[in-house]
Amino acid sequence: MAATAAALQFSAQVSSLNNYNDLYPDWTQREVSTGTTIMAVEFDGGVVMGADSRTTTGAYIANRVTDKLTPIHDRIFCCRSGSAADTQAIADAVTYQLGFHSIELDEAPLVQTAASLFRDMCYRYREELMAGIIVAGWDQRRGGQVYTVPVGGMLTRQPVSVGGSGSSYIYGYVDSNYRPGMNKEECLKFTAGALTLAMERDGSSGGVVRMAIITEKGVERRVILGNQLPQFSTV
Amino acid sequence: MQGSISDHGTSKGLKMGTTIIAIEFDGGVVLGSDSRVSAGASVVNRVMNKLSPLHDKIYCALSGSAADAQTIAEIVNYQLDVHSVEVGEDPLVRSAATLVKNISYKYKEELSAHLIVGGWDKKEGGQVFATLNGLITRQPFAVGGSGSSYIYGFVDAEYRRRMTRQECQEFVINSLTLAMNRDGSSGGVAYLVTIDSEGVEEKCVLGNELPRFYDRDVVEPAKTEKV
Repeated sequence: MAATAAALQFSAQVSSLNNYNDLYPDWTQREVSTGTTIMAVEFDGGVVMGADSRTTTGAYIANRVTDKLTPIHDRIFCCRSGSAADTQAIADAVTYQLGFHSIELDEAPLVQTAASLFRDMCYRYREELMAGIIVAGWDQRRGGQVYTVPVGGMLTRQPVSVGGSGSSYIYGYVDSNYRPGMNKEECLKFTAGALTLAMERDGSSGGVVRMAIITEKGVERRVILGNQLPQFSTV
Repeated sequence: MQGSISDHGTSKGLKMGTTIIAIEFDGGVVLGSDSRVSAGASVVNRVMNKLSPLHDKIYCALSGSAADAQTIAEIVNYQLDVHSVEVGEDPLVRSAATLVKNISYKYKEELSAHLIVGGWDKKEGGQVFATLNGLITRQPFAVGGSGSSYIYGFVDAEYRRRMTRQECQEFVINSLTLAMNRDGSSGGVAYLVTIDSEGVEEKCVLGNELPRFYDRDVVEPAKTEKV
């Protein structure tokens, strides 16, 4: 008992030393975070999802080509932002639950079901988790849908949703450029433009733009490399 | 640890949450601001004009702590008056911005305000200077305040070089509207000041005259589902 208390005290002293100690680089003491900008847009017949590709540990970019668009089922994907560990664990758990549910039903699951499963987990463990997730996909009943489950565990459906640290910078752009009834090509241009602008302003977002287009026919994945991103006159 | 509602106004002080923006065009500048002053969760002034004159053709846009920003503006106004008498002509916009920067830099630990300086002088025409944290930099346009985070993407995408006076005014109104729609600390009406060689034009755009952007709750709800 006394030994444990002493050990705890000692480690507290060590970690407070480490905070300002140049012997230990910043990234050894920071949690891995998907700083991020993520986005999803509904169109008639499907959804377009997009994300940047930067994962940071403090100031170090642990992965500059991350894929933050994670498949949950054949035509349901999620965009992950926040703690990389938390969102990966939640996505794995929901993938399992949804796969089981789909076998029981003997048909493809609804996007709303996947979103509800995410919400249940994010709300129940809200004190321990740091996860902001956008769930999007296509199902037979309601076509293309985007559901957002931000930090805290709320669930709401929106025609367009942005998330992650970089999303603050593009609310104005999204509000002014989104129109209902855009087709797939317009949605792709809209998403690529918004993500590019966020990546230019947010230090935690960058790399390439990864996109996924989900329709009745299936899932199409695209990547836009750094030199192929749309150009804006100030950036 | 959360403070109680009653001490929001007193301990935190009045903050102009704010969105401010200034942009130059060939022959002048346009400055814009919202009108909300908040003390914690309370709006204590919903029609505050945050565009403050420093001289006849030089204005500044205030953001951050209301007291700090207003005091800086008053001091610089006085210093510019003295300076313009000493040189015998209208001061340069760069001089005004430098005076603001000197105060912001010297007292940077105590102050919590960001002023954007914009104006017209006969040497360089229309100019915009940002003075955040004690630096001074001339830019084609500048945004500031808590609401500015939400419109970085918009201004980066929409700004084009060599916009006309009319286009600049629309750019400022659109940017302010988008920021006011998203930032809880910005709101009210939009104030605009346009300065050129002829003079100064002040305008106030009321809430119901601001441009409308897509709002799902105003349009028809989602289409019917097929089972």
